[in-house]
Amino acid sequence: MSVKRFLAEKADGILLSWVDQREMMARFELDCAAAEELILQGGYLPARYQRNQQMISTAQQLQLFQSTVAVVGCGGLGGYILEELARLGVGQIVAIDPDTFEEHNLNRQLLSTIELLGTSKADAAVKRIAEINPAVSVSAINAAFSQENGSELLDGAVLAVDAVDNIPTRLELAEICGQLNIPLVHGAIAGWYGQVMTVSPGDGSMQKLYANWSGGKGIEAGLGNPSFTPAVAASLQVAEVCKVLLGQGRDLNKRMLSINLLDMQFDEIPL
Amino acid sequence: MQVNVKLFASFQTGRFKQEFRDYPDQTQIGTVVRELNIPEEEVGILLLNAVHAKLDQPLSDGDLLAIFPLVGGG
Repeated sequence: MSVKRFLAEKADGILLSWVDQREMMARFELDCAAAEELILQGGYLPARYQRNQQMISTAQQLQLFQSTVAVVGCGGLGGYILEELARLGVGQIVAIDPDTFEEHNLNRQLLSTIELLGTSKADAAVKRIAEINPAVSVSAINAAFSQENGSELLDGAVLAVDAVDNIPTRLELAEICGQLNIPLVHGAIAGWYGQVMTVSPGDGSMQKLYANWSGGKGIEAGLGNPSFTPAVAASLQVAEVCKVLLGQGRDLNKRMLSINLLDMQFDEIPL
Repeated sequence: MQVNVKLFASFQTGRFKQEFRDYPDQTQIGTVVRELNIPEEEVGILLLNAVHAKLDQPLSDGDLLAIFPLVGGG
């Protein structure tokens, strides 16, 4: 039996269940990613994505699946970003973080668990995504992003997501993304506050955003971060990623969304 | 002269959200920041009448000055 006939026989409308996807993998000796690509290319949709359907067509779901996104930082923002990208169906993810989990991460970092204390954050991303969406390929990079390794780490990515915890790395990330000509979705948090922005390659908006930075940390040094602020900022970032990858809607290009959860005030700042 | 000063995020704590404040003519933005006891190294974006500004820029009567903190956590 051909793959085409298998899909025609098993699909319920255009939906193919996980059980049938597993059977397809076994019968045609395919790994999960290869099966998923054939399903989407055939115009069918893995049933897990059926609630995406009203906003993301099957062709767009294939577009997401064929995209590579680099997530720089797997902590507060990064944990939620990785989770949401995998559930959205972005097919290749590069998870970059040099750190291991510490106890003070447990209040907010989605990937952190008591069992994983002392172990790699990037490796935790691989494990988590294998559990929630095995069609997604994740590469873990247990290294700090820098000017020196940046181009290599982002090689092949069509977009990068800023989930780092310091300003100098953000400036380097924006510079490397400019050189590689890929968009960068910025997010940063501190206490009740956060900000999100989408940087077009080389548009200078990250440099403008941090023009007054002279060294050291931002206000997060004194405010810390609770459980909900990273979730809010990360979700806004993933919405931006989805839009940029699919070329839809109006992204936060040359404007920063300033988030104040204490007063539930959202301001748009021109950049 | 009077300047409309708007503070954002944690800069509002113990200060205000928005106030019309009186200053001598030609007062620089940095002077306003210091007068409000905002540490200069915490200042992120400064918007003067919706245009990005620097600490050493002078203010004029009727200006709108917005002060945002540096946010860098992740």
